[in-house]
Order: sequence, then C-alpha cells, then structure tokens
Amino acid sequence: MSLHLEPRLQPSKVMAYLSPVIAISLTLFVGVLLFTALGKSPAAAFHAFFIKPIDNWYGFGELLIKASPLALIALGLSVGFRANIWNIGAEGQLIVGAIAAGGVALALHETAAWWVLPLMFIAGALGGMLWAAIPAWLRTRFNANEILVSLMLVYVANLLLSWLIHGPWRDPDGYGFPQSLVFSDAAMLPILLAGTRTHAGVLITLVALVVAYVFFRWSLMAFKMNVTGLAPRAAAYAGFNQKRMIWIGLLTGGTAAGLAGTSEIAGPIGQLLIPVSPGYGFSAIIVAFVGRLNPIGIFLASLLMALLYLGGEAGQMQLSLPSSVSSVFQGLLLFFLLATDVLINYRLRWS
Amino acid sequence: MGLDAIVLILVATVAASVPLILAALGELVVEKSGVLNLGVEGMMAVGAIVAFAVAVETQQLSLAALAGALAGALMSLIFAFITLTLMANQVATGLALTLFGTGLSAFLGLKYTSVALDGAKAMTIPILSDIPVLGKLLFSYNGFVYFAVLVFLAISWFLYRSRAGLVLRAIGESPSSAHALGASVIKVRYLAVLFGGAMAGLAGAYLSTAYTPLWAEGMIAGRGWIALALVVFATWRPARVLIGALLFGGVTIAQFHVQGIGIEIPAQFLSMLPYLATILVLVVISRDAGLIRLNAPASLGQPFHKQGH
Repeated sequence: MSLHLEPRLQPSKVMAYLSPVIAISLTLFVGVLLFTALGKSPAAAFHAFFIKPIDNWYGFGELLIKASPLALIALGLSVGFRANIWNIGAEGQLIVGAIAAGGVALALHETAAWWVLPLMFIAGALGGMLWAAIPAWLRTRFNANEILVSLMLVYVANLLLSWLIHGPWRDPDGYGFPQSLVFSDAAMLPILLAGTRTHAGVLITLVALVVAYVFFRWSLMAFKMNVTGLAPRAAAYAGFNQKRMIWIGLLTGGTAAGLAGTSEIAGPIGQLLIPVSPGYGFSAIIVAFVGRLNPIGIFLASLLMALLYLGGEAGQMQLSLPSSVSSVFQGLLLFFLLATDVLINYRLRWS
Repeated sequence: MGLDAIVLILVATVAASVPLILAALGELVVEKSGVLNLGVEGMMAVGAIVAFAVAVETQQLSLAALAGALAGALMSLIFAFITLTLMANQVATGLALTLFGTGLSAFLGLKYTSVALDGAKAMTIPILSDIPVLGKLLFSYNGFVYFAVLVFLAISWFLYRSRAGLVLRAIGESPSSAHALGASVIKVRYLAVLFGGAMAGLAGAYLSTAYTPLWAEGMIAGRGWIALALVVFATWRPARVLIGALLFGGVTIAQFHVQGIGIEIPAQFLSMLPYLATILVLVVISRDAGLIRLNAPASLGQPFHKQGH
C-alpha cells in the first residue's frame, strides 16, 4: 500500500480555488510549530502577527499602503506570467521608476504646481517601462533569457540609486546621510484616509485592478497569452505573435512596478533613499501566484502578504523576532501553494 | 606592473571564481538531467550561514564546509520533492527556493552578524609552494580551491566517460525514452538535484568561511544567478564553465584595480561590472538560437510523470 498520484481526466476547478486555502493553512501550522520551537506562545505570536497590526484604524491604513504596491506589481507581472514570460526583476523596475519620478520631483523642487505629481507618475511609469524594455529587447532580438537579464538589472538599478544619493542627488544639508532632499508638498500624494498614512496612490491600484479584470476577461490579446502559456505549440501553430507578447508581458510588469515605486517615494517615504522598497518586487511574484494570476485573487493575496509584512514588524517589536521571519513565511507559503497545486491535475490514490 | 603584481591579480581571480565554479558545475549536472533549479542563490545563502555558524561554534573548518554542503543539499531536497514528486513548475519553485533561502539565511544569521572568524588558510605544499612564481600561482590556495579542481575533473569524467553519466544525459534529452529503456528518471533527477544543492551549499560555505570570511545578509550578491548564467554561457560543458568562471572572477577583481591605477569612476559603476558582464555574455551566446537549442538538454524544465500527461 502506498500513496501515489493519478492524472485527472480534467483539471479540478475546486482544487484550483481550494489549493491557496490549504497552502495558507499549512503555512500557519508551520508557524505554530516554529513559534513553539522558539519558546514563544503560538497564541501570542498569532495575535501579534495577524490581529494586533490591524486592530485599529491607523493599522488598517498601514495594511492598505503595503498591499497597494504588492497588488499593483503582481497585476502587471501576472500579464506576462500567464504567457510564461518570467519577469522577476520588478524590484529593479520599481527602483528605476522611483529614480525617474524622484528626478522630476528634485528638478521641480521650487515649483508648487498641480502638474508636478502627474509628471512624476509619467516619469515613473516610463522609468519602469524602460528598465523592463531592456530584457524584452534582448529576449526578442538576441534570444537572451529574460529571467537572468531582468534579475541582473535589479542589482544594477540598486547601484544606480546608491550612486545618485551618495553623489549628485545627495541632500547637501543631510548631515552626510545618503539620501536626497525631502520632496516639496507639490510632489507628495495627498492623504486619502484621515488619521492614517494611506495616500492616493491606492487609487491607482484600484484602477489597475479594474483594468486588469477587463483585459483578462475580454481582450483577445489576453486570450492569446493564456493559450501561449497553457499550450505553446498550439499558440505557435495558430501563428500568435510571440515577440509582441514578450513586449507586452514585460512592459506591463515594468510600468506597474514603476508606478508602485513612484507611489512609495511620493507617499510614505517622501524622498529618495535606500531602500525604496522592502522587496515588494519579489514578494509580488508570490502574490501573483497565490492570487492565481487573477485580479480578484491578487487583491486578496496582496492583503495577506501585506499582513505578513506588518506582522513581521510587529513580531520584531513585541516578540523580539527578526523581521526576516516574514520572508521565511512568504517562501513557505509559495512552496505549499506549488505543492498543493499538484491536486489540480492529479488525485491522490492508495494502491 | 611587475610580475609579482600580475601573479597577485591572477591568484585573486582564482579565489573570486571558486564559488562560481562550484555552484555552476553543480547546476550543470542538474540541468544535464533535465531539471532547471533557479534556487542556487538561496541554497548558497543557507550554505554560507550554516557553514559560518558551524565554523564559529566548533572552529573546525572542514566540518563547516561539510555542514554547508549538507544544508545546500537539504534545501535542494525541498525543490526536488515539489518539482519531481509533485511535478510543480520548476521555474516558480526555484524562485520560491531563492526567496525562502534568502529569508531563512537572514533569520538564522541574526546572531552571527559581525562575529569574527579566522578563515580558511592557504595550504602550503612542501617544495611545490616554494617554486618561484608558479608556486604562488598554483599552490598557494586553501582546500576549497583544490577541491573545486577535483570536482571539475570528476564531473568531466562522470558525464562523458561513465555509464551513469550517459544515463543522466539520456534522461535530460528524453526522459520517456530513458524510462522505456529501464532508467529510473525520478531517482536520477533526485540525485542530480541533491548534488547541485550540495555544490551550491559548498560555494556558500567558501564565501563565508574562506573568501570574506564573515557573515552578512545578502553577501551572496547575485553569485547564484551569475552561476546560472554561466551554465548557459558554457553551452552546458564543464570545461567552458571553468573558463567562464575564471573570466567572471577576473571581472570581479578588475573593479578593485581600476581605481588603484587612478581612473576616476564611482565605486557603484565598477560594482555593476559583473552584472553587466553577465547580461553581455548571455546576449552574445544566446544570439545564435540554434547553438542553444543544440546544446541545451532537450527536456530542460519539463516535469516527468510515468503515465505521461
């Protein structure tokens, strides 16, 4: 008698929705084991991680400003992921978006006009797009692997930002700290919810959610990209333009990441410094998968992941746990999800 | 520049290339069996912190290296189970392994940040190490370096001169044919992935106990990804992995010497060099799509199930 996997005749729709739930439960279970092993009470840890951060209005606002960039980037990435185009350099595209938008903010530091902020968002979107255009061009023109190229560019982007804030863009009155001037009010997003730090950047994410929903549901391009991801040979036979998909897949992710980077510096941060992101570009990959590459799923997954970030910070303060514990949980969650996904196409059988 | 200076640069180049040699050769064997494990960076990070912790606690450097390799293998076991037994997407699982490994290493390494360690010393070989120039160039390294050379020879022999290596390559080209001929595809792939994990762990151990030697979050600094690019650059051949790794070691060392000879370039731009070089070699080698198609294992990245799917 042993357990083995038997192919299903048709993929299970139920399992496709149940698998993230199982994965989350398993991650929580491992969390309980881990906290017990570390000698902390699981109940106290659970409370510190998942309840305490959002049991007040301010905390709820913090949840939104963390979920917003995660959801926005994940939506952009999911376009490419559906067609097996692996942009894993969103973190770099976020940084370059922030650099471009920050450059506008610094250049117009003395200008108190309404159009400064829209200009920053245009620059940020173009910056992220440009950084994603490099792997897209190298892939379509030279066949270079977009996974490796987009990832290498994360390091390059980080070093570029580091040079700017150590050199030409360093705040002369900043006591030598590597950071730019604090932006003028005209370059800052207005607060949306009084009593929180929730800024208007959240609205961009909401618009992106609707746009992505419509795009995936009704556009022919999204259909073609789905086919390419699920059955590459059928797509090639049907004559779908592969290169155009690569461009669309990568540029959408880059634009979303650039907008997210702009929202971060024009929102909670208010200047250029390192880091501009606590790894949102990488966590968004997990959000996209846990959300089943589907806008509604991504919305829910981004809230969960934002809670993990907040919980990590709270756990650091209340239980003296290192904040890296949340990236351990993020990794575990993705492992469990990928593992339970086997049940979509296979069933467990004793024989 | 005198002869001594040139020898010093070459020795430093070798030292910088060792982690790439170890990790890329390990990944080469994995990919030859048809599996793509993008988790090298994460396995290196965990190997680095585990080896460093063992070195600090026991002062036994060989035990530390062993522990690093073991930690890398354990990490790769997670990957093997999810992709080979549960047939999940290898790209996504490899990414998960890197994210998890990076987080786990930071978590484990908290109490070892800014702890000092006496790193691995060069092994002096009587007579040989005393030969002028050559002694310094060839026989002035720590154990990891000689071990990397051994691994290179062993893998070159294994892949192209042994029956088991032939089976492994056959599985990478066509798992269903190999299965029909009686090879156990999943078992061989498990072993290949575990070997790749151990090599990545050892590469991490080298960085934290010999090369730097210290532990810092993010110290792998993309070397795992560069190792993955090296395998493509080498068109899946061990000798070219060795040459490629030495070239990259040279690029890494060059950034320290450019400033030394008085060229005014901000440090950040010099630090970009290895990453830009990686992109450049990928472009140069991938430009010829036929070359890649001819050399890449045909089943690379595709899951295998006995009953077919």
